[in-house]
Amino acid sequence: MSDWERASTARVLPPARPRKLAKVPYVELADGRVQGVVSSGSDIGRVYVSSVAASTYEFACSTNNNRPCGGARGMFCNHILALLNESTIQYGAERVARYLRVEPPEPTAQAISQTMGATRPSQGDNTAAASVFSQFLRHLAYLEFEASTAPVPELHWFPPTRAVG
Amino acid sequence: MRTDLLSDPIAGLDEALAVADAFDDVLVAGLLRPQKIVGLTELAEALAGSPLASRVAEAAEKTAAGAAGEDHFVSLAAARTAVFGSVHDAVLARLAEATGRPWEEEEAVRRVSASDLPNLLAAARSWLSDLARAGWQGIDHDLISASAPTISALLAEPSLRRLAVLLDGFAAELAASCPGAALERVPVRRWGDLWSRGMLLTLPSATPALGTVTGRLLPLGVDLLEHSTAAQAQVHAVFEPEDGSTPRLVRASVTVPKPDTVIGAGIWQLLRPRLSLLTAIGEGRSMELTEMPVTAEGDLLWQDGHARLGEPADAFSTARVALPKAAMPSVAPLDRHPVRIAVPVFLEGYGIEGEEDALTFTFAGNHLAVETDRIPAAGPLTPKAVASSSACIGLIRWDGGFRLQPLAVETTVRKKTTAVHAGAWAGGTTDKAGVKAEKAATDAAAVLRERAGRLLRK
Repeated sequence: MSDWERASTARVLPPARPRKLAKVPYVELADGRVQGVVSSGSDIGRVYVSSVAASTYEFACSTNNNRPCGGARGMFCNHILALLNESTIQYGAERVARYLRVEPPEPTAQAISQTMGATRPSQGDNTAAASVFSQFLRHLAYLEFEASTAPVPELHWFPPTRAVG
Repeated sequence: MRTDLLSDPIAGLDEALAVADAFDDVLVAGLLRPQKIVGLTELAEALAGSPLASRVAEAAEKTAAGAAGEDHFVSLAAARTAVFGSVHDAVLARLAEATGRPWEEEEAVRRVSASDLPNLLAAARSWLSDLARAGWQGIDHDLISASAPTISALLAEPSLRRLAVLLDGFAAELAASCPGAALERVPVRRWGDLWSRGMLLTLPSATPALGTVTGRLLPLGVDLLEHSTAAQAQVHAVFEPEDGSTPRLVRASVTVPKPDTVIGAGIWQLLRPRLSLLTAIGEGRSMELTEMPVTAEGDLLWQDGHARLGEPADAFSTARVALPKAAMPSVAPLDRHPVRIAVPVFLEGYGIEGEEDALTFTFAGNHLAVETDRIPAAGPLTPKAVASSSACIGLIRWDGGFRLQPLAVETTVRKKTTAVHAGAWAGGTTDKAGVKAEKAATDAAAVLRERAGRLLRK
């Protein structure tokens, strides 16, 4: 057994890296997809829910009101490209490539997008959009919780780490 | 500080850890139909002389037979917790010996209070039981995402913050590790810890006795703790009572759930408004407390109305003069786990070996590992500063061995001794890099708040 396996404070997740949120307020690696929410460039009340699946690279993009994205016809739209770009900033290109099971020639967002695009992935339906959007709302709800000064000793299991994964 | 005592073996420690390790191995494949039942029988044997003996023996037997229910899992979690309680006590006793500090008498008055949200706790216990049945190798996305509604409901309930924050951080790790069948390695002790702590937090809990204190608070440093969706700043300080009685070590903490994109300086921005002490630390000041609520464990239940800014107080003077005489607080029985050991110490006259990410302080042949990885990114303290330091305020921790978490160092900058604090930016900063980090964090938070304002509750 390694020290890591026998450590109470073994680091499992690498720390998130800072990124600007204006264009892509939310991105996650979840449910076998890189998925998230992209703000519309023209209408501040509209967002796009975009996703790319691991392995098949099947993609989808629609508004939060479930209207299809005009750009995502047969290929990745600009929302999906922006989503992939921001995902590599937040999680690191290596981790995103590993999650999507892509082997790009170099670990960059552009190489990841091009490698997947070259396989001519199919466009999926928008069934996942509702759950991605509700994940985003759940994420935003974290802003609403009050800070408290009661002791929470459980956080001693969660030290910060400087290591970038 | 007798650093030589930190490398001496502790009697019985390896045996206790072997029991826990064997049980943790059972959790890898799960408790539904356990194959390796030796971990269960050894756990029951270890508890044979304790008040838990018959409950744990029954739980081990039923679990080995694949016929266990939730109550049995609770008993196993309690047994594992008791084993780590003994490890905690042995490690802390050694630390008390090494620091030579007095202990505070245990105040026995505890009140067990039933929660008024039993259904929510039952839902959490039910999910944790499903998790234990599946085992770490059996986790999948459906099982982990099933916890989301319960965790959201727990987070909305301030009285259940401990369980909420624990499960939220735990579930995020598990989700990122799915499917369990494909895991190359499993953090078995860590997940065993989080699982058993979570199980116990779903039970009616004993609340610690409360008192109040009046006197002077001399901060030593700030410990930052965080997972992707929660953060805590914990200030370690020496408290000098107004009545001239023995000074004691106390802590003041502030905890907040956060979106995972709020990081670095953004965390200080969320915590700062609720704890005026963070501003005092940034300004290098003490605080005067008047009837501030405090637990028997030395945790101040901070309310800004009971504190006002005091005289300037240098943390290194506090560490040199006041810290050696300060009494160590007692620890609540259920909180006795080695992971929460964080004993403030002052060290100087050490040698330094190793690279910045694997530093060791040396004391006449004895070595103390330095955890530079724990230094928060949003602050002026760096591993490099620690590697060239001449004096250090830190927390002694234990995770399989003693180690030092630096909170502040004295180092020489342009031939002048300068103090650098990990938590220097907690209250805000005028440092150039700090201002830039604050600006980026403010922008990120503003975008999220704008999006939330537009999209939430529509």
